[in-house]
Amino acid sequence: MAFLNNPFFLLALTFILFFFSRLLQKKTGVMLLNPILITIALLIIFLKICGIDYDTYRQAGQYIEFWLKPAIVALGIPLYLQLESIRKQLLPILLSQLAGCVVGVVTVVLIAKAMGASQPIILSLAAKSVTTPVAMEVTKAIGGIPSLTAAVVVCVGIFGGMVGVKVMQLFRIRRPQSQGLSLGAASHAVGTDTAMKISEVHGAYASLGLIINGLLTSLLTPFLLDWCGII
Amino acid sequence: MKTLRVGRKSCPFFLWSFVKVLPLRPFFKVGKMIRQCAILFGCLAVGEFVVWLTGITVPSSIIGMLLLTLLLKIKLIRLEWVKGMADFLVANLGFFFVPPGVALMLHFNLITGELWQIVVAALLSTVLVLISTGWVYQITDKIISKWRS
Repeated sequence: MAFLNNPFFLLALTFILFFFSRLLQKKTGVMLLNPILITIALLIIFLKICGIDYDTYRQAGQYIEFWLKPAIVALGIPLYLQLESIRKQLLPILLSQLAGCVVGVVTVVLIAKAMGASQPIILSLAAKSVTTPVAMEVTKAIGGIPSLTAAVVVCVGIFGGMVGVKVMQLFRIRRPQSQGLSLGAASHAVGTDTAMKISEVHGAYASLGLIINGLLTSLLTPFLLDWCGII
Repeated sequence: MKTLRVGRKSCPFFLWSFVKVLPLRPFFKVGKMIRQCAILFGCLAVGEFVVWLTGITVPSSIIGMLLLTLLLKIKLIRLEWVKGMADFLVANLGFFFVPPGVALMLHFNLITGELWQIVVAALLSTVLVLISTGWVYQITDKIISKWRS
């Protein structure tokens, strides 16, 4: 059984599980069957059953995790491609994303604190609205638990994608641009995916929201938490 | 005296042309992948350097992302010099955070103890973000178009 600790075996297992999870979502089309979430869950179950600890898995996983940072740098290209459309509506887009960023960080932190959550949990929730790699980086920087952030971010994304349009109709947010921006700001890549399926305008503005909110949240979260008296 | 003046005059131009040619030369016959990686990791390294130098709590990758956007905007690097590798990374963004997500198994006790707080805070806050972002956009857009007309 010692072979199960082999990093190449664990790497292969990660790739295979992700491949089939993605296939499953594509075939069924169910939003809830998020391939990331399923792969993580299956891997944890597998490691628990075989009695492999996380440090052993990390020997393999670090080679995948390594690419997170370069991948975020690569997001500079979609941002560059969107620069023209941002310039045309600079003020409304920036102000709405600023509002989304501040509301997203401040409300989650204050609600969690009011309900008596502990400090590491509060810190891990702060960046929950932005796309996972960015959120994990922010959590790492402010001293929370990045893996908890990852799980919360994925759940928030799925939730926002499912109820987003209904909530916005209820509160009379009907313009495609504002719906897209809201979806991108509140539920990052999953929201963008949902928006792409509604229309192209929705999709473009959602990816804009995803990038700008990610940027603002990563820049402002330390100061917002300081302002709320959390750190 | 005269030669000195010529030197001073041509210096900025010489520097500028050197900067313009610099990205081209070393990669003239090297594979595309190397240049793409060099640019991406170069931006990331500058980001790491800024974080190391200033000690700010902003992720180094975000600084690298802004730098890449800036370099593309001022046309110091061209889009096709980074496109292939960058597209691959962006398309597989989700996969890269599977291993850090598995670290969740280390914190099961902490989470099950405070599950309700996490769920309520995260979901309520998400709804509030949806509403506030949409409202602020519609209101500012309305004000600006009224002000213009």
